[in-house]
Amino acid sequence: MVGYILRRIISTVPVMLIVAVLVFLMLRLTPGDPAAIIAGDNANAEQVALIRDRLGLDKPILTQFVIWSGNILHGDFGESFFFKKSVSELIASRLEPTLALSVSTIILAVLIAVPLGVLAAYRRGSPVDRIVMGFSVLGFSVPVFVIGYGLIYLFAIKLNWFPVQGYQRIADGIPGFLQRLVLPSLTLSVIYVALIARMTRTSVLDVMGEDYIRTARAKGQVERVVLFRHALRNAAVPIITVIGLGVALLIGGVVVTESVFTIPGLGRLTVDAVLARDYPTIQAVILLFSLVYVLINLGVDLVYRVFDPRIRY
Amino acid sequence: MSVEPALLAVETTAPADVGAFARARRDASVLIGAAVIVLMIVIGLGAPVLGTMSPSEISPPFRNKLPGTEQTIRRDDGSTATYTHWMGTDSLGRDVYSRVLYGARISLLVGIAVAAISIGVGLAIGLVAGYLRWLDGLIMRFMDGLMAIPAILLALALVSLFHAGLTSVIVAIVVPEIPRVVRLVRSIVLSVREEPYVEAAVMAGTRTPLLLVRHVMPNTVAPLIVQGTFICASAILVEAILSFLGVGIPPETPTWGNIMAEGRGLFRVYPHNIFFPGIFLALTVLAVNMLGDGLRDQLDPKLAKRV
Repeated sequence: MVGYILRRIISTVPVMLIVAVLVFLMLRLTPGDPAAIIAGDNANAEQVALIRDRLGLDKPILTQFVIWSGNILHGDFGESFFFKKSVSELIASRLEPTLALSVSTIILAVLIAVPLGVLAAYRRGSPVDRIVMGFSVLGFSVPVFVIGYGLIYLFAIKLNWFPVQGYQRIADGIPGFLQRLVLPSLTLSVIYVALIARMTRTSVLDVMGEDYIRTARAKGQVERVVLFRHALRNAAVPIITVIGLGVALLIGGVVVTESVFTIPGLGRLTVDAVLARDYPTIQAVILLFSLVYVLINLGVDLVYRVFDPRIRY
Repeated sequence: MSVEPALLAVETTAPADVGAFARARRDASVLIGAAVIVLMIVIGLGAPVLGTMSPSEISPPFRNKLPGTEQTIRRDDGSTATYTHWMGTDSLGRDVYSRVLYGARISLLVGIAVAAISIGVGLAIGLVAGYLRWLDGLIMRFMDGLMAIPAILLALALVSLFHAGLTSVIVAIVVPEIPRVVRLVRSIVLSVREEPYVEAAVMAGTRTPLLLVRHVMPNTVAPLIVQGTFICASAILVEAILSFLGVGIPPETPTWGNIMAEGRGLFRVYPHNIFFPGIFLALTVLAVNMLGDGLRDQLDPKLAKRV
């Protein structure tokens, strides 16, 4: 078991290494002097020379990669000339809104999607099942920003229940923080709910035909317990896996949702950095999001392999 | 979308391929999806004759008009005509109805182009990875790395490298899709390479390229049609997202994402700039997804279970 865990952890290293190489090559593939591109249009020759020196641009490309990745491992992503800050500071200052939005979305999505999926599986072929599955196809099709503006229009402009846009830090008061988080989290959770509900339905349907379900029913167990204790628990592995894989969708959604709701998080930062062609920031954000994605899936994998005694190595 | 068990049992006895395609044509989800897509193609191609104005014509006195506003236009020969802005105008006075209709062109073009290119490239790489064992590890590690970067982020990073435009947007959406196609093709190749007919072909001296094209590739057709449909749907969405964020196709070009991006500033007062293109976009993606779901259920039941 320990061997397996170690092997699984080590297996993420080559993946991240390839991500790092791709992100590193990004700047080298653009025509022009990387130092001048990083420095931006307003930099003087001295600043460009400084960057060139720091990145070791006069050295062979392999050495450059070693210098660059060494800096990153020390948490040094370089300077953002557009935001006039170090990239690490910039990211730290944008972390809270994105974390708050993502965590609340995941919780909300799981709370809505899993019961819906179980219900759809239990009432297979019924109108309930069709509504849930229809919603799931719809959730994949309606773009995040259309959902966002729809919710803003209805709940913020027409009904005036929530503020239209913006973000409030936790430190400035929890009620305001939560109030501003409701609409963005709902918006972002739609596609995630669609994904998880669909997988829950499939996976619960798979186990409903098993002997232990029949046994549970035969001994007179209440249907609710049969569904949630016997069926759902055994159907959990694919559901948890899809929650992990769905994080990629979630990250994409964060970028859009933060723009719609003007939330000053990492997603908004990514878009601003792309608009300003601020490459050190783009590189850092991609590395960070990819690392989070890989680590979450590593965690998911380890958790169910450790807690599911049926899985052997 | 439920199928009566008895019906299913009868139909599976029909010859596999012919039956599957014939059944797909009768599937409600396929029919509705295909009908809406055809409608959108007609709208896109027929935009000039569907009562539109020039989608990029600016008219400062007619900025931000609500849907249904009438405008009197004076023609060059001195006669006048009344034009109704069914979907209102945007903040530059452009007719939203015309822009939405022309916008169908870009969305469909991007969707189809991305699906075709990523399937083509992914198929080639996947065949090689699945058949040439010594290249497999290298290719697949590279693909794993690409897949570890969330698709929209990778697309954003790629558009930041090129000049904004249709081609760069297509490339930026294609690259993140390729690893998924490669994985699918590779898994199919791995499962058929031990089949007797493949071994027989090898024994008969068929050279590898011909072997791949003639004996292995046909197995990938049905799953790739299904996969291609889903890629098309997601490409249409991603293009709209990139345009909406202001990093996609240049803002003068009428695309659904651009119309919405333009309407962001005055959304509270004039929500029509977001809702009309939004409805067209959602309807199109929904239709493509329905087509994909229907095709998957009929052509590739194994994939239906996997997803």
